[in-house]
Amino acid sequence: MLLDGAWTMSPSVSIRPEPFGALAYHFGTRRLTFLKSREMVSVVTGLAACATVREALAKAGVPQTQWSVFLQALEALADGGMIERRADLAAA
Amino acid sequence: MTTVHDRPTASVPSRPRGGSLVQQFEYGLDAPICLTWELTYACNLACIHCLSSSGKRDPRELSTEQCEAVIDQLQAMQVFYVNIGGGEPTIRPDFWHLLEYAVSHQVGVKFSTNGVRITPERARFLASTDYVDVQVSLDGATADVNDRVRGEGSFDMAIRALENLSAAGFADAKISVVVTRENVDQLDLFKALADRHGATLRLTRLRPSGRGADVWDELHPTASQQRTLYEWLLRAGENVLTGDSFFHLAGFGESLPGLNLCGAGRVVCLIDPVGDVYACPFAIHDQFHAGNVLSPGGFGAVWKDSELFADLRSPQTSGACTKCEFFDSCRGGCMAAKFFTGLPLDGPDPECVQGYSEPALLQIGRTIPAAGQDHSRSARRPTGPTPLEIAPPSGPPVHACAESPLAGFTVPRP
Repeated sequence: MLLDGAWTMSPSVSIRPEPFGALAYHFGTRRLTFLKSREMVSVVTGLAACATVREALAKAGVPQTQWSVFLQALEALADGGMIERRADLAAA
Repeated sequence: MTTVHDRPTASVPSRPRGGSLVQQFEYGLDAPICLTWELTYACNLACIHCLSSSGKRDPRELSTEQCEAVIDQLQAMQVFYVNIGGGEPTIRPDFWHLLEYAVSHQVGVKFSTNGVRITPERARFLASTDYVDVQVSLDGATADVNDRVRGEGSFDMAIRALENLSAAGFADAKISVVVTRENVDQLDLFKALADRHGATLRLTRLRPSGRGADVWDELHPTASQQRTLYEWLLRAGENVLTGDSFFHLAGFGESLPGLNLCGAGRVVCLIDPVGDVYACPFAIHDQFHAGNVLSPGGFGAVWKDSELFADLRSPQTSGACTKCEFFDSCRGGCMAAKFFTGLPLDGPDPECVQGYSEPALLQIGRTIPAAGQDHSRSARRPTGPTPLEIAPPSGPPVHACAESPLAGFTVPRP
């Protein structure tokens, strides 16, 4: 996943805050995923309003040293269809 | 032993920061992940192992409006889906209305049925919905094995429902099977049957709950069958659903897919037809009763504030089990299975694959708790006299603090 890509949470996904982070449920695939930190929740829910993944990470206050870990997690979410590439900037 | 009732609640430890998800789940969630809702005790069948002892409708069952209020609350709590069962939920006249009401309020529905009302017309309706999953119950891959447990004609009824669903284009129905001593040899047949109907196979564990208590001794898989089942599940992997049912089998070595955690009161619970909330679908008994959805604050207040649930959300004492090398994977097994076989909650599961529950199961004076409720249409099958029930107690009752599964067991004199 490129830091400069534009992404958004899938419209089929609902997020429920929990003490450890959040549950994310995809109503289409019926897949339940756990977002294991509040920062991760901020990143995922912030994607749509940010031009890039980089911006979402920065805005959520994720230290740069942890970006690679977060990118891996985002990659897994993308594989499961929980987040999608944004059509408006698909070329980016 | 520490029972659910007498554990002090004052010293509930606070949730750790970080740690594994399973550790987090042990402290409970803001709302259940998996909520079972039994809509009615009425049922057209009388399965001999029915875990809710269903048959007759209860006159106190929740009204349509009360059910809608529960759904409104589930929506507010963001409970993403409910597992609806019974009894046979589809024979409630307002079932289809409630199904549509839930889906239009962002609460997905998975419902279990014996197929009685899945007509071609209903199947077409179901195929047109987005957020509905259907589980058709079958306890034999052949009519003879199935009908012995579920009643004459029930196999054909379930197959007809599956055929109607696939003819209507309903994708990916589930075939839900309770694994028993009699059908465990049919796992491949079940899989083939599911494949033939474009369905997914779902296997669950026979619990000694409800009428299941009457037949558990003769129907639960034998030790060697448990091994076969475990190996079969490992081979099947994610292609077969289990609802995390078989985590006690993790004691064979490898964990099966799923959380491998008792979620009772932490991530799962049950709402029964009269609105009573229990820690899990297999624990309809006063000891696991957390409250009622009709009380002030409704279901949300029960989930958040029930003393029982607060109790279950603190680390459980697991007695002798903690010394077992497989404790981390099976975590002592299923609370309901222990309770309804009269075993201590802090000891091994009655089907402990390492055999550690055998002495306790043979213990003189082991008492099976009386059923919490019974809506069976006919008189319960008499539980034939077993040595466990006719033998007089050999001494005073085992002290509630006894930690060992061998506590109170004395070797009979020759």
